[in-house]
Amino acid sequence: MRRAITTITPARGRNVELLLTALAIGVVILAYINVSVAESGTVPADLLGHTGILAAIALAVHLVLRWRASYADPIILPIVTLLNGIGLVMIHRLDLAAGRDFSSGLALRQLVWTGLGVGIALAVLIALRDHRVLRRYTYTAGLAALVFIALPLTPLGHSVYGAKIWIKLGAFTFQPAEIAKILLAVFFAGYLVQTRDMLALAGHKVLGITFPRARDMGPLVIAWLAAAFVLVLENDFGTTLLIFGLFVAMLYVATERISWVVLGLGLAAGGALVVYQFASHVQTRVLCWTDTFSEEGMQQCGQLATGIMGMAAGGISGTGLGRGRPWLTPLPESDFIFTSLAEELGLIGIFAIIMLYALLVERGLRSAIGLRDGFGKLLATGLTFVLAIQVFVVIGGVTRVIPLTGLTLPFIAYGGSSLLTNWTLVAILLRISDHARRPEPEFDPASMDAPTQMVKAR
Amino acid sequence: MNQPIRRLSMLVSVLFVLLLGSSTWIQVLGSQDINDRPGNRRTQLESYARERGQILIGGRPIASSTPTDDDLQWQRVYSDPRLYSHITGWNSFTYGPGGGIEQAEDGLLSGRDDKLFYDRLTGTIAGREPKGASLELTINPKIQKAADEALGDQRGAVVALDPRTGAILAMVSHPEFDPTPLVSHDPAVEKKAWESLNSDPARPLVNRSITGNLYPPGSVFKIVTAAAALEDGQWSEDSTIPGPAVLDLPQTEVGLPNSHPGACGPDDKVTLAAALQDSCNTAFGWLGMQLGGDAMRQQAGKFGFGDDLEVPMKVTPSTLPAQMSPAQEAQVGIGQYDVRVTPLQVAMVSSAVANDGVVMKPHLVQSVLGSDLSTISETKPEQLSKAMEPKTSDQLTDMMKLVVERGTGTQAAVSGTSVAGKTGTAEHGAGLPPHAWFTGFAPADNPQIAVAVVVEDGGRAGNEAYGGSVAGPISAAVMKAALQ
Repeated sequence: MRRAITTITPARGRNVELLLTALAIGVVILAYINVSVAESGTVPADLLGHTGILAAIALAVHLVLRWRASYADPIILPIVTLLNGIGLVMIHRLDLAAGRDFSSGLALRQLVWTGLGVGIALAVLIALRDHRVLRRYTYTAGLAALVFIALPLTPLGHSVYGAKIWIKLGAFTFQPAEIAKILLAVFFAGYLVQTRDMLALAGHKVLGITFPRARDMGPLVIAWLAAAFVLVLENDFGTTLLIFGLFVAMLYVATERISWVVLGLGLAAGGALVVYQFASHVQTRVLCWTDTFSEEGMQQCGQLATGIMGMAAGGISGTGLGRGRPWLTPLPESDFIFTSLAEELGLIGIFAIIMLYALLVERGLRSAIGLRDGFGKLLATGLTFVLAIQVFVVIGGVTRVIPLTGLTLPFIAYGGSSLLTNWTLVAILLRISDHARRPEPEFDPASMDAPTQMVKAR
Repeated sequence: MNQPIRRLSMLVSVLFVLLLGSSTWIQVLGSQDINDRPGNRRTQLESYARERGQILIGGRPIASSTPTDDDLQWQRVYSDPRLYSHITGWNSFTYGPGGGIEQAEDGLLSGRDDKLFYDRLTGTIAGREPKGASLELTINPKIQKAADEALGDQRGAVVALDPRTGAILAMVSHPEFDPTPLVSHDPAVEKKAWESLNSDPARPLVNRSITGNLYPPGSVFKIVTAAAALEDGQWSEDSTIPGPAVLDLPQTEVGLPNSHPGACGPDDKVTLAAALQDSCNTAFGWLGMQLGGDAMRQQAGKFGFGDDLEVPMKVTPSTLPAQMSPAQEAQVGIGQYDVRVTPLQVAMVSSAVANDGVVMKPHLVQSVLGSDLSTISETKPEQLSKAMEPKTSDQLTDMMKLVVERGTGTQAAVSGTSVAGKTGTAEHGAGLPPHAWFTGFAPADNPQIAVAVVVEDGGRAGNEAYGGSVAGPISAAVMKAALQ
């Protein structure tokens, strides 16, 4: 008797992806025209050329996904394309305000970095057929991450605005801690998937919460020390928050134990308190956060107050692209690109941008839930959380939810290291989501009826 | 592991909602507060982005904006900067609007004020370039110029009012200053001017006619004391009161002497009219004690003492001491001790006498003109208070006429018209030359102008100064300009 079995093949969604990406490109084109009309009253002559490059880049990713990861999440690429495009338009708009044309501007460099980032992302998608391969490199990744984080302290190091987080190779500067984000996620995922049972089960019960044994707390303490090290020696509050937050979140996901979160937050609070007592630049940051508009606050970090004034000037609907004064804020295209966008696109515009990030995070975590292997779940969660923390720390910093720090807004802010890293991160996420959504190898009912075959006789 | 991942996504949602909340706070709920913060570059630039309204006198602009090629787009120009320095003030890019109408009516001039909503709306529909409202002032350029010239290089102030309406006809404060460098688009020029004006010991930025260190009024205050006495009903202009050479002050060793040797009249007696005419200290000191502090404070309050006025610039309230001993009541009766006045307040006292006892609200802005120069609003004369009965003001007018006809104020006389007035020579510290005062109105029978003049430290006359000799001629020049 033939059994009526029909397998439901999940939609690949590649056509949806193509449509949404085209929509994203359309929005970017409109924004680009908007800037040009506001500046000079004309449609840019090189409109198709410039936006064509971005469209070609997005199309390349789309085609590789069709070829190598056809079940990958179809929403991720359009979101990232849109964010990257909006960033490019804003940087171009600030170029014009500063009197730089396209060929000498930061936007072109950002576009080149985008191309490079996508190149690496495509290489990852093609070369990395299965994310589980990464598990083999757990400790290599951990070691590499430490080296990258420590690199700015070597003679290669290069200090910008008081933060010692850059290395300089010839004319080329790079933030190695950016790459360390991915390496750390790989390391934590590999390490935790091995040790999660031990970390979760062994322990003492105090006040109804099971706390781990002292000897199991080694890695947590190491992460805590590394974070404090970065904060004190490199004056990089943002990366500290990122590393520590990432570790605690992944630890929690791996062990399902709230006690780890309590311990982690306790350690963080204690460390923060100690550092606050001794490091004057941390005290300054906190002062800028609490008393932004006081005389001393204005002196120490007028850029934060100016950025907030820019946001306030934007109001609900914004001044319109090219019609505000975002250049009055220092670093309007990197650290403060969010306030630049808020000024010109208004509350409506930045709500849309925050929702895009929220959607991106949601797609990443959904992939994590859909996966069947623990390593992949942890890795996807970690990588997604890296994005989420960056968004929160940057936007929270400029809107005074938390003290201002030096992270960059993913895909939007000007900066090569960040673009390369985040595109690579997205490539791994796409690869993981392909696994999460890909159906089990099809079960062929016909094989049931076939006689058992001897495969090998000894 | 799925449960913690879901919880983690909840946490991320909460964090992102915080971001939405903080952005909403900055861009919507708290934005007005942030926009209005001093030093907000964007708000400053925004106000430069549209043409600022003009300040007009008789249809002729004394402050206007002309287009420029630089970032700020508009350059503020003051056509007669020194003559009107305290009236216009300045609208500096670095230091903001300040000093006069520029600050007091910044909302109207910049076009931000809600009163201009309808004008903005029709302007948008009609396709007019958005610009601020213009203000026509009550100043009479002829009187302003006469006051400015008569005061010359002496420090002090002159205020002229129309007693019937409260319109300010002239407002001069010396030393004056030139606001032009303060509105320069070159920050270095602005800074240099700002610093030198602020560090100048003569304090040129202070509008002495309405703010700054208040002056002791000296004998011009005797008008208030006399008004209180006449209103009381016990006394009239012909009443005889004590006027000895020195008035005994209770509870003190020293007496209150006259400024001239001897008694004010035979048998140490003098009529109220003669006491005012010759500025008899002992008679008014005696009156002060008879009336008491409360009566004098009450009378002063009816003239506007203690009121927070805006003309539209803020006027510092003139004050009487809150508590007085009998000896201090005698001092207050002649305008000494802790009586402090603005020249505007003194002019208001004279104009109340001139206007049948009614004090009109002083104002500087005649009308507000929209961007198409149509009138948006016109200032209607408004009664501030009733200082005294017409009967009292009639008697006071007679008494003040005597002052100018044959008393201490003969040098304030204007040929061809009758002037009513009162002199004052106010001591304000041992060894310092006195402030010279004159206040009055003309013509006495049909008043058109009320004037107050103060010359600090006796002006050019120094220690030899008397109100009549130093301030009197200035008042005469101002009245002459008004009545010709």
